[in-house]
Amino acid sequence: MSVSREQVAKIASLARIDMDDAALDRMVPELNNILAWVEQLGEVDTSTVEPMTAVIPQALRLREDVVDADPLTGGGRREAILANAPVAEHGFFGVPKVIE
Amino acid sequence: MGDLTQLGVRAIRDGVAGGDFTAREVAEAFNAAVEGASALNAFITPTPELALRHADLVDADRAAGRDLPAMAGVPIGMKDLFCTRGVQSSAASHILEGFVPEYESTVSQNLWNAGCGMLGKLNMDQFAMGSSNETSYFGDVKSPWRKDGSNAALTPGGSSGGSSAAVAARLCPAATGTDTGGSIRQPAAVTGITGIKPTYGRCSRWGVVAFASSLDQAGPMARSVDDCAIMLGAMAGFDPKDSTSLDAPVPDWAGSLNADLKGKRVGIPREYRMEGTDQSILDSWERGKEWLRDAGAEIVDVSLPHTKYALPAYYIIAPAEASSNLARYDGVRYGLRDLPEGAGLQDMYAATRAEGFGDEVKRRILIGTYVLSAGFYDAYYTQAQKVRTLVQRDFTDAFGQCDMILAPTSPNAAFPLGEMQADPLAMYLNDVFAVPASLAGLPAMSVPAMLNGDGLPLGLQIVGKPMDEQGVLDAGLAIEQRSGFDAVPERWW
Repeated sequence: MSVSREQVAKIASLARIDMDDAALDRMVPELNNILAWVEQLGEVDTSTVEPMTAVIPQALRLREDVVDADPLTGGGRREAILANAPVAEHGFFGVPKVIE
Repeated sequence: MGDLTQLGVRAIRDGVAGGDFTAREVAEAFNAAVEGASALNAFITPTPELALRHADLVDADRAAGRDLPAMAGVPIGMKDLFCTRGVQSSAASHILEGFVPEYESTVSQNLWNAGCGMLGKLNMDQFAMGSSNETSYFGDVKSPWRKDGSNAALTPGGSSGGSSAAVAARLCPAATGTDTGGSIRQPAAVTGITGIKPTYGRCSRWGVVAFASSLDQAGPMARSVDDCAIMLGAMAGFDPKDSTSLDAPVPDWAGSLNADLKGKRVGIPREYRMEGTDQSILDSWERGKEWLRDAGAEIVDVSLPHTKYALPAYYIIAPAEASSNLARYDGVRYGLRDLPEGAGLQDMYAATRAEGFGDEVKRRILIGTYVLSAGFYDAYYTQAQKVRTLVQRDFTDAFGQCDMILAPTSPNAAFPLGEMQADPLAMYLNDVFAVPASLAGLPAMSVPAMLNGDGLPLGLQIVGKPMDEQGVLDAGLAIEQRSGFDAVPERWW
């Protein structure tokens, strides 16, 4: 299966990566090259095989139902959370206007 | 006192504990080595003052007669994939340039608790995507090695290429690495050092910038098997903050090291004998068999029939997980923001990600987005996860006949920087021997074997049963003791 230029543009938009014409022109043959290579997986008969869900089988642990049990991951750390924000305003993450 | 930078983990730890030299003297020696090696570009962010501060704490503890932990006084390099509180953690990307975590990764915290100091943050392939260290936003790392009679810059391997170059060039006695599809083992092999990826879940992934979560696993890179065993013991352990962390005790690997392999069976997978493999790689494999036989092991042929499909499956699964993991880089909470004039939120995301990600990262995000999209999910992603089940089943079957597997680590020695960049697929093939063990979550280690005809190091790989790091380390030690590998790169930097 190969991807067209339009499909790559669509994937890029789904992935939220801006791509101009030159970038698309470079990417299309590279992706097709890689996709053509992974096609060989189609040779493997997997009709009776379950897809892997976890490489080391173990039961998912549940956290204690306690508020702020871990001070690092509990609440009250607004400053730390905003410390790396490109724009932080009034204790929130600042983003461009979303609603007119 | 001699040159302290020539010492490994155990020698430094014991020397500091015994009062032969102070932790500060060690840190000063390595700080100077780091400063004098900028031509290698192994470090993104050197932290000499932190190394000294950690060292002083160790020296004070010793002076006060307190018990010293397992790596007291050993300064290390930290791959830039680990979040370190107060020190830039960029994953060698533009999008995380300037990101200074407010928290410490569990693995790095474990190492500080074990008495390590930090010499700095090591360069790597951007978001750990690459096998040559040419995808870093902060420039290529150059291997300290060169071919005989050539000045051409060579790759230190990847993605842990800053780690491998720094250890090989004696800029640090040991470094952290992470391995998703060979990123500890392949760089260790091409720089003549030792590195182990433990069983998936042994080391916490909390605070490690995520690439492919079902595969990523941290491990040590050092100059000897013994040093790796000591450091792995310090890094590993159960962490409730990582839901995939293994709730299992950490054995005393270093204390139990034993190169006597009597009664052990070592499997040689016939499918790893691939067409076009370099003769010197095959020679090193033959020698490996002899060394393990000499250590008492029995060599048996085994079959891993789905080997051929491991790499293509990996290049569906890893990008799929990456596309999801890297969705968090949107210019809102941390890192770069590109806000074109008059742009809305969606445009800001797209512009930020276009500006912040390198080509290889974009390529993998697009592949991942594609294989997970409606209509293609089953054909690609589900099929790859089924093949992954088969790859793991191959190993389970093989371990019915053997205790561990011996294989080459990488299909070639270090290649010149720039040589493979034009062809992403050719680059992916570098991990052909490393990826199967990653897909199966198995412990695997690379140990230096010999120099090829160009004077460049080649590594041998041991793959063990789940949780059997001890078996892997023991076989690694048997190889190390017999290979007599003591080559070091000639200093040119």
